Parts: sequence; C-alpha cells; structure tokens
Amino acid sequence: MKTDSLFRFILFLSGALLLVLLGAVFLTLFFSSIPSIKSFGFLFVFGKDWNPISKEFGALPFLIGTFLTSTAALLFSLPFSLAISILLGEYLSNPFFSAVFKSVIELLAGIPSVIYGFWGLFVLVPVVRWLELKIHVLPYGVGIFTASLVLSIMIIPYSAFLAIEILKLVPPEIKEAAYSLGATRYEVVKKVALPYSYSGIFGGILLAYGRALGETMAVTMVIGNSDFLPKSLFSPGNTIASVIANEFTEAAGRLHLSSLIELGLILFVLTAVTNILGDLIVKKMSFQES
Amino acid sequence: MESSYLLRLAKDRIFFALIVFFASLTILPLLFILFYILKNGLTVISWRFLTTLPKPAGEPGGGISNAIVGTALLVLTAGLLSIPFGILVGIYLSENPNGLMARWVRVSNRILQGVPSIVAGIIAYVWIVKTSGGFSVFSGGIALGMLMIPIVVQSTEETLKLVPGALKEASLALGASYTSTILKVIVPTGLSGIVTGILLGVSRVIGETAPLLFTVFGNPFMSYRLFKPANALPLLIFNYALSPYHSWQDLAWGASVVLIGLVMTLNLISKFLVAKWKVRS
Amino acid sequence: MESPILEIKNLSASFSGSLILKNITLSFPRNKLTAIMGPSGCGKTTLVRCINRMHELVPSATVSGSVLLNGEDIYHLNPIQVRRKIGMVFQRPNPFPTMSIYDNVIAGYKLTGIKLSKQEKDRIVEESLRKAALWDEVKDCLHQKGTFLSGGQQQRLCIARALEMDPEVLLLDEPTSAIDPRAIQKIEELIVELKKTVTIIIVTHNIAQAARVSDYAVFLYLGELVEFDQTEKLFTVPKDKRTEEYLSGKFG
Repeated sequence: MKTDSLFRFILFLSGALLLVLLGAVFLTLFFSSIPSIKSFGFLFVFGKDWNPISKEFGALPFLIGTFLTSTAALLFSLPFSLAISILLGEYLSNPFFSAVFKSVIELLAGIPSVIYGFWGLFVLVPVVRWLELKIHVLPYGVGIFTASLVLSIMIIPYSAFLAIEILKLVPPEIKEAAYSLGATRYEVVKKVALPYSYSGIFGGILLAYGRALGETMAVTMVIGNSDFLPKSLFSPGNTIASVIANEFTEAAGRLHLSSLIELGLILFVLTAVTNILGDLIVKKMSFQES
Repeated sequence: MESSYLLRLAKDRIFFALIVFFASLTILPLLFILFYILKNGLTVISWRFLTTLPKPAGEPGGGISNAIVGTALLVLTAGLLSIPFGILVGIYLSENPNGLMARWVRVSNRILQGVPSIVAGIIAYVWIVKTSGGFSVFSGGIALGMLMIPIVVQSTEETLKLVPGALKEASLALGASYTSTILKVIVPTGLSGIVTGILLGVSRVIGETAPLLFTVFGNPFMSYRLFKPANALPLLIFNYALSPYHSWQDLAWGASVVLIGLVMTLNLISKFLVAKWKVRS
Repeated sequence: MESPILEIKNLSASFSGSLILKNITLSFPRNKLTAIMGPSGCGKTTLVRCINRMHELVPSATVSGSVLLNGEDIYHLNPIQVRRKIGMVFQRPNPFPTMSIYDNVIAGYKLTGIKLSKQEKDRIVEESLRKAALWDEVKDCLHQKGTFLSGGQQQRLCIARALEMDPEVLLLDEPTSAIDPRAIQKIEELIVELKKTVTIIIVTHNIAQAARVSDYAVFLYLGELVEFDQTEKLFTVPKDKRTEEYLSGKFG
C-alpha cells in the first residue's frame, strides 16, 4: 500500500510538473522581456521602427507581417481544405480514392518546414518573380506573398484534417432527412451540413491560424527578411517568428535580445489564446451534437 | 418546374466538379515537392555521403555524417527527457479524468502543444545556453523534448482511456496493487498506442529547425559531446540551402531526402502499429 | 379493384455483398395504410428505403428489380424527383437543428431552392402543422428552434415536414420506436387521420400497433416476403406457419 500511495504521488507530481513547466515557460519569456518592456512599454507593439543600431525596437512591422502572411495563407488554403473534407465526407464512397487523398494529406503534413522553405526558395521564388514582372511590381521573388503561398500548402493538411473531423460531427440523420425531401448532394452540403458546422469550422479556422502564426523556417527562407513596414502583399517583410530566427544569434546587445524575446512572448500569448478559443468553439459544437 | 429541376442538377454537377478540382489540386504541390527533392537529392546519396563529413565551401563531394549523428543525439536526449515524463502525465490524466487539477493539466498540455517551435528554442536558450555558457546538443534536446512532451501525454491519455475498465477491476480483484495494475496490466495493454504516439512525436521533432538555431547552433565537424555544439539534419539543410555554393546545396538536397525518408518511415511504422493494435482490441 | 399506387417487382437489395431483400414482389393499394412487420433484421427498413431510393445513399449498397409509382419505374427517374413524391419519416425524430419550427416545415422548399411568397409560406406552414395535429401546440413559437420540442412533438413536426410537398406516398420507418409511450397514441391517431389523403406505408416491430392502424399488412422474414393480406385476415387466419408463429410472439 505504501508503494501505491507513492506511485499516486509520483503521478500527481508529474501532472503538477507540467503546470509548472508551462508557468516556467511564460515566466521565462516575461522576465527576459523586462528590459524591453521597461524601455518601450506598450509602445513596443505600435513602434514602426526596428533598428538595432539606434536601439529602437518596435514590433509593428512584424505584427503586420505575421497577420498578413497567416491571413493570406489561410485564405489560399481554405478552398482546398474544405474541398478535401467535403469530398471525403460527403462524396467518396470508393475506399481507394479516399485512401489516396488521406495519404496525400499525411505526406504533406510529414514534410519538415525547412524542406518546404528550401523548395520554395528554389522553385516558388522564381515563379513569383516572373509573376511580379508580369504585373509590374518590384520583382523581389521573395516576400510576404511567397511566404503565404508556402505557408498555405503547409497548413492544408492540418486544416483539412480539422474540417474532416468537424464535418463528421454532423448527425447523419439530418442529412438523411434532407435527402428524403428531395435535396441534391450540393443542397445537403450547402444548406444542412455546412450551416450545422459553421461554428466548428470557425473554431477550426482559428486552430489553423494558430498553427500558421508560429510557423518559422519555411517563412524565414522566403519572406525576404526586411524589418520595414510591408507596403504591399508583394513586399519583403518579416514575421514575428522569422525575425527571431534571423536575428537571435546575432543580437547586438541586451536590449535587442530582450526585444526579440518579447516578440516571442507576444507570439506565445497569441498562439495560446487562438488555440484555446479554437478548442472551445470546436468542443462546444461536439457537445451540441450529443 | 422542369427547368428549375435541371438547373438544380447542373448546380450539383458543377459543385462536384469544383470539389474534385480543388481537392485534386492539392496533390500537385506534393508531387512537385517530392519530385524536385528526389530529382536533386537522390543522385547525391551514396554510402560515402552518409559516412563522411561535409567538405569546406566550394569543394565538391562530402557527406552529412555529423548531421546524422547530431540528429540521433538530439532525438535521444529529447526522448529521454520527454517520454517517461509524458507517459506519467498521460497516466495521471487517464486515471483522473474529471479532477480540477487534471483539467488544468489538460489545458496546459494543449497550450504546450501549440507553443511555436521557435519559442521552445528561446526557452532552451535562456535556460541552458545562457547559464552553461555555450551552444550544446543538450539545450537543443531540451527544446525538442518540450515539443514532444504534449504529444506523448496526449497519445498516452487517449490510448489508456480506451483500455476497458473491467481489465483494471479484474486485476485489482485478483489482489494486485494499484501500482502493479497500472504498470503491469494497463500500460502494457496500451503499449502499442503509446509507442505510436512516441513515434509520431519523434517524427514531428526530427525535422524541427527553428528550435535548433540558437541551441545546437551547427558545427562543420563531428561531435559526440552532449555539451558542445553539433550539426543536425534540418540545420544542415537550412544553412547549406541558403549558401551560394552548389556543392553545399547538393548536400542540402541529399539531406532533405534522408530527412523525408526518416519521417515517412516513422509514420509508416506508427501506421502499421495502429492497424495491428486495432485488430487486437 | 382500384389500380395499386405502388408496385414492387422482383426487388432484391444488399449491403456490402450480403443479401438483405430477396426477390420481393408486392403491390400497395392506394390511400390505404399498409404495415410492414417482421423481426428485427428481416429487411423492413431496407424495403422502405428502396421505395424512395434512400438505400443507395449508403456506399456498397446495391438494388435490382423495379419499383413502379403509378406505373412509372422510379429507378428510371432521378432520386431527387422520386423523394419529392415519396415522403419519409425516420425512427428518431430529426428536425433540422439549425432551422426554426417554421423553416423546418417548409424545409423541402428551402432545400430545393423553390421560392415562395410570404403568404404561401404561412399557408403551407399552417396547413401542414394542422394536418400533423401540431398547430395548436406550436403556433406561438413558430420561430423557435424545433429541437426544443418534446420527442413526440418533434416527430409530428417531421411528419408535417414530409407532408408539405404533397407526397403521394408517405413512408414511416418505425416512427414511434424512439417516442415516449404517452405520445405514441397521438401519433397513431394522426396516422389514421392522414390515410384519408395519402397512401401510407409504416414499418413497425410492434404487432399491436400494426393491428390498430393498418388496413393491409406485410410479413417479412429473413429478407423474404412471407405473407401479404388485409390486416384483419392476416391477423385472424394467417396462411403461413411463420406468420402465425410471429403473431403469437415466438420470434420475440
């Protein structure tokens, strides 16, 4: 019995340790950010200039870069991930084809970020440069647009997987009811299945967004690494994650490093909030079903 | 009536065509990426490639042996740190499904799961690199381990939840203690599920680059030492892909094939385990 | 005798290779209520689902033979046309959770994109709800969600929804099996009332219910049609030994 209570205690301790770990992550980020927080306060978030030489650090270019890249990536990927989930959920009865699409999703999910970046650098960047020449914008090739293209390919598997799970929650009985009234498949999807899953899909979008926000390597390799406010979708830029990846090891002085860590803190809070919200919304939908 | 009927059928067809079109289009980038990487990488790979060190810039040939060793050390460190701990937390959660504390642990685990990998790198930097005075395999292992923990926790909890409660009762009824019931009956029953989770965790972190940038740092030479900088496959790909030298880019392509091969193998094994496990239960 | 509204000829159906219905031939008389009985697993539900072509929605399902509605083979039509002429009510009440009571009643029109004026909608909603004997209970909360109603009310809402497109045949697949016993009577009364205007086919595992409401009765056993006759005859002088055993409760 003594070993039992010891074992229970060890289990409890492990659980507690996980809480401590999360707390430690937050506090580490917070305390390491203090020099930057003291120097810039809330203005950090609104500062347009990021200049290690004049020791001026404002996060706005990266916040906007992150927001633009992730939003564009999400918009690009949405039709594809929805199409896959609807095809797998509502149409495909042939096990061979659904296996094909599932393997495609899994393979895409398995490719490491750095390899997406490598491929993007050598294949996508020249294509985008050609496109930019055609539409008469400065042909950088690299930039926010290219980064969001790579990012959209990377989040398709994740968001498709979520959408499949969410569409599975639509009770088959109400789809049957719609068919029995003479609705076509399109009408069932559009007027019964999707309305039922709107909230879930919104939660799924948030989760995919959380994933996109923190994606680092592929973005770093093709975004152009410019610390200035992006002027358009085609200009080079930086996201929070990519500026940390670029400058962390070469940080010039304590304040620079601390500002980079404060960016990390912002990223951590943003992804945590997005993920928790997304989870809550998806969960609410699965409870509504039962 | 008749025309609206035909219109509805047409809409149905068009919708189906669009769905098939968009879904099929996702196959294209996969094929492009795999084709391009295999085309550039396969020709580079040989026994020498796997067993020799990279050559200095501009010299042709060379291999990635130090990166393979580095990645192995990293995975080993990350695994030792995260697997026992993750399994214990997973058992705790499956044994206390509704407790207040368990709920908080579950939420924390979910937040940890969403921590961007670059943030894990920052943490390992502040904790280890700064205090120990230098870049090291160990600090990289800490960062990767932090990313692996939530995956191991979640898969352990989900697997153990599926173990029938009757099994536990039967064991307890035979007079077995709680400890031996958990460790000798419950955990072994869910073992392949737990192993699957571990494999998926490894396949997730093996390709992570961001947390290694300012922990493991990179090293052109061979190093087996835990508290020294080393090379790693994803790090080598990143550094050499951005280099201007063709010979280094070739190494990066070859390393990409090796890395993708490793990830796919891990995924295949875990899939195989899942299938085998399903049949048994 | 009047020509039958629905004729089934040599109908066989299967799921992933296993035969559920074996060569069924059967005619349903117009404006009568026919009950399909049999022990669970005998193919009752599959039979009605073949009549409005819902069976084929399940992957791996196959059908052969023909089903004639007023002499026209429904397997030569598009399923979406068939299902508007043959309505269906399911075992478990399944109102659309995203729609109000009002919208649930006219769901058939909404789903299939038929535009109606406000007056037409109001008229159809009231008429269908009156037919389903639900109007008085819900007329003050028409714009609330249908999922807040009781099980019995939900099921009558589903009947109203199936009636609103004026189907020629109404299929009821064990409509009272998931309903509170006290609500069953109301639904049975409604069904008896409805058969004046529409041909009804009801699947039931409840022998007493079949006896109470139906004019004709079918007994299916292991996918075969054992007996079909007027309910009174089938219950009092069954021709087949298996029918007799079933009616006396031997199959459970």
